[in-house]
Amino acid sequence: MALIELRGVSKIYHLGGEEIRALDNVDLDINPGEFISIIGPSGSGKSTLMHILGCLDSPSKGSIKLDGMEIGSASARELARIRNQKIGFVFQFFNLLPKLNVLQNVELPMVYAGCSSRERRERAMDALKLVEMDNRAKHRPMQLSGGQQQRAAIARALVNSPKIVFADEPTGNLDSHTGETILKLFHELSLKGSTIALVTHDPEIAAVTPRKIEIRDGKIAKNVDARLSGQLDGPKFAVGSQQN
Amino acid sequence: MNPFNAIAVGFKEIWANKFRSLLTMLGIILGVSSLVAMSALVKGMENGMKEALIAIGGLEKVRVEEQDIPVWQQHMADQAVGTTMGDVHALLRSAPLITMVVPEMRTRNITMTRLGKSISPWNFIGTWPNAVELNQHVVAHGRMFNEIDDENARNVCVIGTAVRNALFGSPEQIGREIIPIGEFVNINNQRFKIIGMFEHYESEQDTKRREIELSKPPEQKATGPERSRGYGSMSRSRSAGGFVFDLKNNTVYIPLNTMWLRFRAATGVSGAGSGSYSRSSGTSASSTSGSTAEFVPDPRLSTLSIKIADIDKMDEALQQAKNVMLHTHKGIEDFSFRTQENWSEGITQAISNARMSGGIISAISLLVGGIGIMNIMLASITERVREIGIRKAIGATFFDVFTQILVESVVIAIIGGLAGLFTSNMLVKLLVAMSPTENTPVITMESMILAFGFSVAVGILAGLFPAFKAAKLNPIQALRYE
Repeated sequence: MALIELRGVSKIYHLGGEEIRALDNVDLDINPGEFISIIGPSGSGKSTLMHILGCLDSPSKGSIKLDGMEIGSASARELARIRNQKIGFVFQFFNLLPKLNVLQNVELPMVYAGCSSRERRERAMDALKLVEMDNRAKHRPMQLSGGQQQRAAIARALVNSPKIVFADEPTGNLDSHTGETILKLFHELSLKGSTIALVTHDPEIAAVTPRKIEIRDGKIAKNVDARLSGQLDGPKFAVGSQQN
Repeated sequence: MNPFNAIAVGFKEIWANKFRSLLTMLGIILGVSSLVAMSALVKGMENGMKEALIAIGGLEKVRVEEQDIPVWQQHMADQAVGTTMGDVHALLRSAPLITMVVPEMRTRNITMTRLGKSISPWNFIGTWPNAVELNQHVVAHGRMFNEIDDENARNVCVIGTAVRNALFGSPEQIGREIIPIGEFVNINNQRFKIIGMFEHYESEQDTKRREIELSKPPEQKATGPERSRGYGSMSRSRSAGGFVFDLKNNTVYIPLNTMWLRFRAATGVSGAGSGSYSRSSGTSASSTSGSTAEFVPDPRLSTLSIKIADIDKMDEALQQAKNVMLHTHKGIEDFSFRTQENWSEGITQAISNARMSGGIISAISLLVGGIGIMNIMLASITERVREIGIRKAIGATFFDVFTQILVESVVIAIIGGLAGLFTSNMLVKLLVAMSPTENTPVITMESMILAFGFSVAVGILAGLFPAFKAAKLNPIQALRYE
């Protein structure tokens, strides 16, 4: 059974009497453990798709099932709970809270989940170890490099063991070298069993993932799964090729 | 998110913006402290007035006074006997709601002299020994005269401290307190023995001030020869209602029979025998009609003080007294009752007015403080739109964000309120030190609780709108916000 099932999902905005179809009748399945990229030029509707997949937004039409649960009609409160428990977000601008240190930032989702402070600390440290940031736990975000901030943000996304992690242009604000190490980290996480969806406009980044979903004008233009078409020869890391 | 976490987050946010939070709190601090200080001032006033009310005998005391005969009874004017001892005995026998009756015979233009010093006491009263109880006097030295003194019409008197001060010198002048028990004074040229002296009556505030002045080193006197500095210097030592204490100190009690025989019959000096004695005409009567040959001394009492059993039965008791007295007065209504109710109501009214106006002013300043909080919270959430978006993206519900902002606002109000209570204590101390008022302001627990509760309520009210605004932010738009 698919982790996420989209059936006939549309998102329609009305701007000054004009109807804009950001998403137009989209069908999509994402299976557990997949590493996919959602790619498209700006304005294509990929962000809207991610918002709907990430339960930040509700579709105008159609049904979404996440983990077997229909969320098209969920209340704001239920959506918040789903975001908290089943979904992790990684953003282009990291979006760590500047007033909190790294550990507190990573603990934040568990604060809203209602975990005890001891459990929060343990699990946050585990997540930081996973992204090799445990030695920066007491630093403020401003004291870290962009790559380190993004690692902390990934730790925060992972800390509640979500069903799926959405990364919205996770390398967009990093230099290419750091960006690659972040992509590598995503790859490793995916090998450990996490379901990850990268949202990007950059075909090079999308090339890292086995499955690519290309969005154009609110519709799925291409849905290519390298594993199915037998093209799977591992992710192509520029870093790796440089070293060789 | 549990409430404890919410409060911790609220504190963190306030600590992160220390200066701004302090400025915001200032409004609440000033509001709370002005509310508490205002109510402390009013409370001080109230205490002073209540003390004065107790000093004059409390609400249970009712005076029966002479009254002009009503027009429709003028034809019986020659039958009117006035208030006499007959009324006293009748009331004692027939009015069970009246627990005490004290006859009073007053005389004006009395001069007490001793060794060249003289005083005309304000209250020169012939009465019964139980007047001490009814008028809340305390005999500090010697004794009150008793029934035997009264029966034998002895020339004895009990004086107040103001009389002592005039005839023997005040403790401040002499440096020690003179207790003139057993001394003799002349009252209108008759020798009287002082057998008792009342304690010195003053408001609590005056007592305190006197103690403070005693503990201070003596002030540097003005240079040059000693002189009286004239009126005006004493005006500050007057309390609100302090005149009550001055009058009370300026009292001389003598036995009723002594008054009747020595001042109304034997000497014929003061209003005796003229048949027209009244309090208002007494002064002139003594000079004009003193020589009238009539040897039955005027038996009329100037006033009759009665004490009723229960304030709640004031109406019934007065009706009883009226019935009895109408009987003894042959149905002629030449008397009236004077209670302290009016004064007491006046005091209550004055206090509630002061409390109301002070309360409104302070409430407005608290409200301004609340508006300050709301303003800052609105600015703060605009600044933190992105943070709120992040929090919502990772799972904060409407309620979580709402609580967070509301708690921040309430925490500001609570800290401000506590600081305000502290400041109000300082403020009241400062007020007392800078301008010693007649009645020490008293900070009451109720006013502190009220002010604190009000500040918390203002914090909640001020936080509601910003919290609602923050909580209903759309996470997508909030995350895009720069």
